[in-house]
Amino acid sequence: MTTTQDELAAVFRRESGRAVATLVRMLGDIDAAEEAVQDAFVRALEHWPRDGIPPSPAAWIVATAKNRAIDVVRRESTREERYRRRAVLTGDDGTQADPASAVAERLDESVADDQLRLIFTCCHPALGMEARVALTLRLIAGLETRDIARAFLVPEATMAQRLTRAKRKIATARIPYRVPPSEELPARLEAVLAVLYLVFNEGYSGTTDATRPDLAREATRLTRELHRLLPEEPEASGLLALMLLTESRRPARFDGDGHVVLLESQDRSRWDAGLIEEGQAVVLDCLRRGRPGPYQVQAAIAAVHSDATRFEDTDWRQILTLYDQLFALHPTAVVELNRAVALAEVRGPGAALAVVDGLPLERYHLWHATRANLLNRLGRTADARAAYATAAEFTENPAERAFLLERAERG
Amino acid sequence: MTEYLFSVHHDYSKPLFDDDADVEAMFRDTAAFNDEAQAAGIYVFAGGLEAPDTATTVHVREGQTVTTDGPYAEARERIGGFWILELPDLDAALAWAAKASAACQGPVEVRPFQGV
Repeated sequence: MTTTQDELAAVFRRESGRAVATLVRMLGDIDAAEEAVQDAFVRALEHWPRDGIPPSPAAWIVATAKNRAIDVVRRESTREERYRRRAVLTGDDGTQADPASAVAERLDESVADDQLRLIFTCCHPALGMEARVALTLRLIAGLETRDIARAFLVPEATMAQRLTRAKRKIATARIPYRVPPSEELPARLEAVLAVLYLVFNEGYSGTTDATRPDLAREATRLTRELHRLLPEEPEASGLLALMLLTESRRPARFDGDGHVVLLESQDRSRWDAGLIEEGQAVVLDCLRRGRPGPYQVQAAIAAVHSDATRFEDTDWRQILTLYDQLFALHPTAVVELNRAVALAEVRGPGAALAVVDGLPLERYHLWHATRANLLNRLGRTADARAAYATAAEFTENPAERAFLLERAERG
Repeated sequence: MTEYLFSVHHDYSKPLFDDDADVEAMFRDTAAFNDEAQAAGIYVFAGGLEAPDTATTVHVREGQTVTTDGPYAEARERIGGFWILELPDLDAALAWAAKASAACQGPVEVRPFQGV
């Protein structure tokens, strides 16, 4: 029983995004699509423990949700209203006689781009950045509202309201359900990449859990889709490469007890060689185009790290040069902080500390952690311990906090 | 198709334009935008409004009609003019809003009318 429920939860995380995207295309209504998919999972909860898990759980969910949606459309007293909305999203004129059969006809349409269309809808610039991320996590990645609320550090009711408001704006302002035409793509793509990057980071180093591999995988999968659909967009390639190279280190990031292992101490033989090879190939391919952007340069930095078989072999000069380039493209204090880590390796911890101390990042845990590391290397161990303790206060991630507290104790 | 209100917002606490040449350019560009919208078949209605100090507010409360000189709420920024355009979706509306903003040299708020 419990096994079935665990498995069901896993199927939900994996499949609900795809199912919702398909149902949105069919129904043209995000709330109705979510309802149908939720319904299908409720039915699974009734049937599967009794009948066993079907051979293809995902297909079962989508088929059940589709049938459920057709039933609902057929019975709905407000079906004309719903049909009108579907026509808005799909570009039909809304005059077809039988809504249910029109929905049924859509069953066999290609579903390959459903998620991309839904991503571009969720990441529309007419929505605020927080709403874009929240909608993407809810609709594409299948996160519960409760989990998204925790990630944003707001009450669940507040997040539920934000999601409702965003969905209402999509429907009433008629944000179209489509991948934008090529002339609008670069501007719209930037918003999508920013959201996927945030989702990946939440999955790689989450605010709530130490790590959410499913979220990171989902973000990578969606970026791969984006890259396949838009092979001429180098920043989409750059983000994909960055994700692949970052993800390649996952097996070495925690020790057997679940403790964080720093880059310098990681067992590099455990890095995923396949992901590294793929990531490096994508980096080379996009850099060759000569249109560098922040994601491409970050991917190039990750590629230099993955070139070194030992930490001591890292080409820090090249990394420092790449950080200079990144800062020129994207001049932020966080980039300066990361650059300072490379600077410490090239010119020593004293030079790096001088840079770090001038950065306005007092509320960012990695600012304190970086200071602590540099202070330690300069022999100022008491200051370093205090900085580790402060860093622990500013992180939400339990594994990071444990690591930082341990460093604060041990020095 | 949906009707959208494109409202142009002015900051009435300072002069809207630096000199007459700017005003002329704005009127010329706005007239060209209107022509383009009409040619595209999306134009429903448009108009510029007189200054907010020409407004009068009427409010019936508990059967009493209260008439007040001036606009309803205190604010620096007010609607200076508007368009009503009929467009298929928000992306189309935002593309036209960008042209409208460039023509009238002010921020343009886009809001859908309630469906009938």
